[in-house]
Amino acid sequence: MATLYVDNRIYEVTEGKNLLETCLSLGFDLPYFCWHPAMGSVGACRQCAIKIFKDESDTTGRLVMSCMEPVGKETRISVNHPDAEKFRKQIIEWLMTNHPHDCAVCDEGGSCHLQDMTVMTGHNYRRFEYPKRTYLNQYLGPLINHEMNRCIQCYRCVRFYKDYAGGKDLDVYAAHNHVYFGREKDGILESEFSGNLAEVCPTGVFTDKTLKQHYSRKWDFTFAPSVCQHCSLGCNIIAGERYGELRQITSRYNGDVNGYFICDRGRFGYEVANSPKRLLQPQLKNDNTSFGQEFIINDISELIATSNCIGIGSPRASNESNFALQQLVGKENFFAGLSKQEYQLNQTALKLLQSGVAEISSLKQIEQYDAIVTLGEDLTNTAPMAALAVRQAVRKEPVENAQQTINLASWHDAALREFVQHEHGALFIFHPHATKLDEIATKVTYATPEEIASEGFRIARNIESSADSDPIAAALLKAERPLIIVGTSLFNEDLLNAAGALAHSLQKKGKTPGIFIIQAECNSMGLAMMNTPSVEDAFYKFENNILIVLENDLYRKFPAQQVDELLNKCKQIITFDHIKTHTNEKAGIVVPVGIFSEADGTLINNEGRAQRFFQVFIPQNEWLKESWRWLYTLKALKESTAIDENLSLGTVQQDLIEALPQFKGIEQTAPDEDFRLNGQKIPRSPHRYSGRTAIQANINVSEPKPLEDNDSPMSFTMEGFRGIPPSSATPFFWSPGWNSVQSINKFQIEVGGPLHDGNPGVRLIKPAFTSEFKLSSNKTSLKANEWLAVPIYHIFGSEELSAEADSIQELTPAPYIALNQSSIDKLGIKENEVITIELNKETYQLPVKFRPEITDKIALIPYGLTAMGYIALPGIISIK
Amino acid sequence: MSETLTYWIVIIGILFVLLNVAALLIWVERRMLALWQDRLGPNRAGPLGLFIVLADTLKLFFKEDWTPPFADRNVFVMAPAVVVICVLLSFAVIPFAPNIQIVDLNIGLLFFLGMSSLGVYSIVLGGWASNNKYSLLGALRGASQMISYEVFMALSLMGVVMLTGSFSLHAIVEAQKNCWFILLQPVGFVIFFIAGIAETHRLPFDIPEAESELVAGFHSEYSGMKFGMFFIGEYLGITLISAITVALFFGGWLGPAFLPPIVWFIIKTTGFILFFILLRASLPRPRYDQLMEYGWKVLLPLSLLNLLVTGGIILLLNQP
Amino acid sequence: MISLIRSIWLTFLHLFHKKETIQYPEEKVQLKPRYRGRIVLTRDPDGGERCVGCYLCAAACPVDCIALQATENEEGRRYPEFFRINFSRCIFCGFCEEACPTYAIQLIPDFEMAEYVRQNLVYEKEDLLINSQGKYPGYNYYKVAGLDAGVKGKGEGENEEPPIDRHSLLP
Repeated sequence: MATLYVDNRIYEVTEGKNLLETCLSLGFDLPYFCWHPAMGSVGACRQCAIKIFKDESDTTGRLVMSCMEPVGKETRISVNHPDAEKFRKQIIEWLMTNHPHDCAVCDEGGSCHLQDMTVMTGHNYRRFEYPKRTYLNQYLGPLINHEMNRCIQCYRCVRFYKDYAGGKDLDVYAAHNHVYFGREKDGILESEFSGNLAEVCPTGVFTDKTLKQHYSRKWDFTFAPSVCQHCSLGCNIIAGERYGELRQITSRYNGDVNGYFICDRGRFGYEVANSPKRLLQPQLKNDNTSFGQEFIINDISELIATSNCIGIGSPRASNESNFALQQLVGKENFFAGLSKQEYQLNQTALKLLQSGVAEISSLKQIEQYDAIVTLGEDLTNTAPMAALAVRQAVRKEPVENAQQTINLASWHDAALREFVQHEHGALFIFHPHATKLDEIATKVTYATPEEIASEGFRIARNIESSADSDPIAAALLKAERPLIIVGTSLFNEDLLNAAGALAHSLQKKGKTPGIFIIQAECNSMGLAMMNTPSVEDAFYKFENNILIVLENDLYRKFPAQQVDELLNKCKQIITFDHIKTHTNEKAGIVVPVGIFSEADGTLINNEGRAQRFFQVFIPQNEWLKESWRWLYTLKALKESTAIDENLSLGTVQQDLIEALPQFKGIEQTAPDEDFRLNGQKIPRSPHRYSGRTAIQANINVSEPKPLEDNDSPMSFTMEGFRGIPPSSATPFFWSPGWNSVQSINKFQIEVGGPLHDGNPGVRLIKPAFTSEFKLSSNKTSLKANEWLAVPIYHIFGSEELSAEADSIQELTPAPYIALNQSSIDKLGIKENEVITIELNKETYQLPVKFRPEITDKIALIPYGLTAMGYIALPGIISIK
Repeated sequence: MSETLTYWIVIIGILFVLLNVAALLIWVERRMLALWQDRLGPNRAGPLGLFIVLADTLKLFFKEDWTPPFADRNVFVMAPAVVVICVLLSFAVIPFAPNIQIVDLNIGLLFFLGMSSLGVYSIVLGGWASNNKYSLLGALRGASQMISYEVFMALSLMGVVMLTGSFSLHAIVEAQKNCWFILLQPVGFVIFFIAGIAETHRLPFDIPEAESELVAGFHSEYSGMKFGMFFIGEYLGITLISAITVALFFGGWLGPAFLPPIVWFIIKTTGFILFFILLRASLPRPRYDQLMEYGWKVLLPLSLLNLLVTGGIILLLNQP
Repeated sequence: MISLIRSIWLTFLHLFHKKETIQYPEEKVQLKPRYRGRIVLTRDPDGGERCVGCYLCAAACPVDCIALQATENEEGRRYPEFFRINFSRCIFCGFCEEACPTYAIQLIPDFEMAEYVRQNLVYEKEDLLINSQGKYPGYNYYKVAGLDAGVKGKGEGENEEPPIDRHSLLP
């Protein structure tokens, strides 16, 4: 602890942090541009100047940049010293000399850090009368818009894009007062994290291009805290609605999960909610008339009351919806909508987490590990934010060394990067093909999934025998905290076993290894925790029964022919879903339900963290309710009990933990619906929300009563508590004078630390020690014209929901097959030539792509692309 | 004509005239206020805008008669009636003309004082039953104001009573045949008139209502005809105080014989009513504490002094 | 006391003063040019819509009676897709006009907008847009903004230097 005198008032602060973050943590309003809590200080913008005094008797002091000055044992500063204020005002005046007169047409306006800082410093009149500098813009792809005139040269964009996220194609060009931030030439930004530029940029140079198509100011949105649905990591997001349409996703700070950033799939995948693929009206097969709700609900309830039902749950449905279906059809008739293989993988993953052989790492904790092994997981494409965390983790060791050598604090970003150069800590990647993380890896091994698993077992044995000949085993043993990252994306259970064996061997050597398991979908873990068998086990039951499919497309999980046959056997098929799928086309009755922005629920992410997502708005379309609400209504009708009109999520959660005690804790993911602050609800809209009396005036000039939310303590209006709500129910970040995302500072206990009253989310998995793992892997043998088809994932396209988003469709690759040089030579084909392959009795025609790094006899086939449909991966293909 | 019939005709006649006068005062007040503020006032509906009275009344009748769910229902309904009943009963003793008076009580003046004091119940009960903080504040102010001003209102009249030697209003008017009491009791008149304004809680003494501080004071929660009763009660109050002032200090119906006595009475009363309105147009509202201070520290001693001096002079003159 | 009597007397004398009342509608009111009446959307000197859909008027509106949606044409010029003012709520405070950075929304000296049906007081863009520059002739926001929205190219606006050559290191 150190003592800080700010204008002669005493504060107890942490020694060694910089003065800027200390002042912000203490609640002072100090302007800054180039500093970012996640990226440290470079002292480039000169905006955060303060006065520092030598001792008590020093009255003159000297101006310093607070972001570059550490807190000493006893530091005396003045934040509002006239000299400092004058200096800051002058700096911003210089920054503003070339800033265009654009605010009215700039998407950043109203949530702009530059606006906030200009107001904060008091600069309000442009005295500089000379011409303004201008730039030409670049086309940066469908996600990010470029308007270079607005740049204030803070360098945050390249520091994030290049230094933090490892991007290659955004850089700074030209010199002195006309530096240019952009690409070498027009083109789509390659990084998976480019969307964060919109949040990192303090002004409107980089903005969200999808938002531009239905632009609203920040103050006009109705926000709700939500959880990303596009991979298993469960990044926290803020979803914004205006005029009944989901319009924007921004990251929601969670110090345990995603921190300040989210990936582009999470940020731009939301467009699925507005896509033409959305289901908005119920459909009865061979019947195009429209129906009232009563009709369909009574129809279904009659059906399910009279005959036996089979319920199929989904890894992308909330826990409550899955549970509601289980309640409706009965435990013995409820099955997980996964293939047996996927089911087994998820169960093994769950067991591995529960086994206690390793500490379960959270996403953010990855950054704390100093040696990492990834076994068959292309993080950048299956769990992008984990790749970003790994990039930070490999800097840990060299940065710590550098800190000791040149005695600099960890926030001295530029100096440390200069010193570290391209050094990085231990990262070992095992994967069938090259990944983006290879560039920072100590060693990369390209191998088939089976070979990777056996490598894992081998390293485990080497660790146990402390064999120095194995560099990987040695590095893991040398590390203070080794981490094993594994996943289900290659559909190989042995990989998980190998990870378990590896962790176990490290544990035996006295290490506390961490484990991080990537799963397929946003609630794969939740479904695994319900411990329901795979639907594959129940295929024989389908005959003459009613099938209820919940938010699931069976055609993505099983071969089309098989599903066709099975569905034809059923007496009736009822589906609940929010997008049009092949399964829905086959169904007799399709009930549309609300997508994540229109529903309340909880998801369990890959580390077993239950997280609540809140409804953003109540759609006009009365069909779009949560699946669990429909299913509870049906259950009441089936059992002829009264329908609970005021059914709340809390009630469902109570039923859930009563029936399935392993979910205990899920009710603590958010304050219950009766929670009030000073007797008030938490408003979903900022206080400057506009147009209340005009939005619906074209329909009826008398305004309707605001809609009520009985699932959460939040209101759908701007009225309610103004202050810091509980972290799990914070709909947006705003603080007086801080309209941009930078206002997060005010919501954290200390800058970069946890949110007030803790980071949201409750971990449900309590490890209990067991260590039974299979210790060897299978070996597939291949014939001459056979190749092992291995899935390759694409951040844009491999995930079902985000693939329907317009901007993401633009970035989705066309189907292809990738082979290496020897395979191509052997087949005598050229690149891009269309070849015919046979896989699992299906034939496909795919253009060939050349991947030099993959081993012989491996063929990569993109997973999950809508254009390809179901492909039995991994499998053995024969090429004609 | 039997005596009873005459009696009924007088009662119904007075009631009819009074209620019409109260209604007409709506128009009179609005026109007069407008004129004193360089405006024209309501001049559209009917001749001289007179039908505004009709429109206002109709409006009040057709307004939603709303009793707030949080109010004490019975008291809430009763309160507005109290004020109208009290004021109307007071008119029973007013001598409009030598032969137009409903009843000439020998304690007429005391009856008037009693009735006008009862009127405060309307304010207190109305404010209390509304169950609203502004109403309650208005009611409290009303009660304290009434109690304070009641005291010297009665005291200021004692001079008149001493001069007449009777409480009967008829006798008091008769006693002014030679000299109006305004000349003998100027201080008494001033004090009584000020107390009278306070008694009707008219501007500048509308402390219980004080719309700029208390929404609408004790009748904030009232609407429709229940509010209408307070409204009518106020105008009847103005008429009552004007009439009683005329009777006590300005010789009642007395006047040169070229006009009938009733007309003299009406002319004098109208003058005072207009003066009431002029006060509203010209004077600002004092603060609550100023009002109380003025009452207890200035007007009360003054009225006692007035009583003393009057008594002394009467004793002196009547010395054998 | 004297002052009270004096003010009563002075007020009384007003009985004989000339009355200020204007007998509308027989007599018409002379409205000053800056009178805050009917709200209109104006056009720039080139005839284009001035409104750029920045939402500031909506944010400034104390009764929240303005709702709009911004959209863009293929040249990148912003304009409102719809622009709705609920005049049954409007209090004619003029904040929207003050907030407008492009002089698009203006209050004009016309108050005769009464309707028998309240619904008719909801004005859409077609009802608001006039073919005039209103009180501020000659102003074209896109000429002074940095943005290229089809009105002028980068560096061709007022007070702008030609675009930087980003491949050059010359001063």
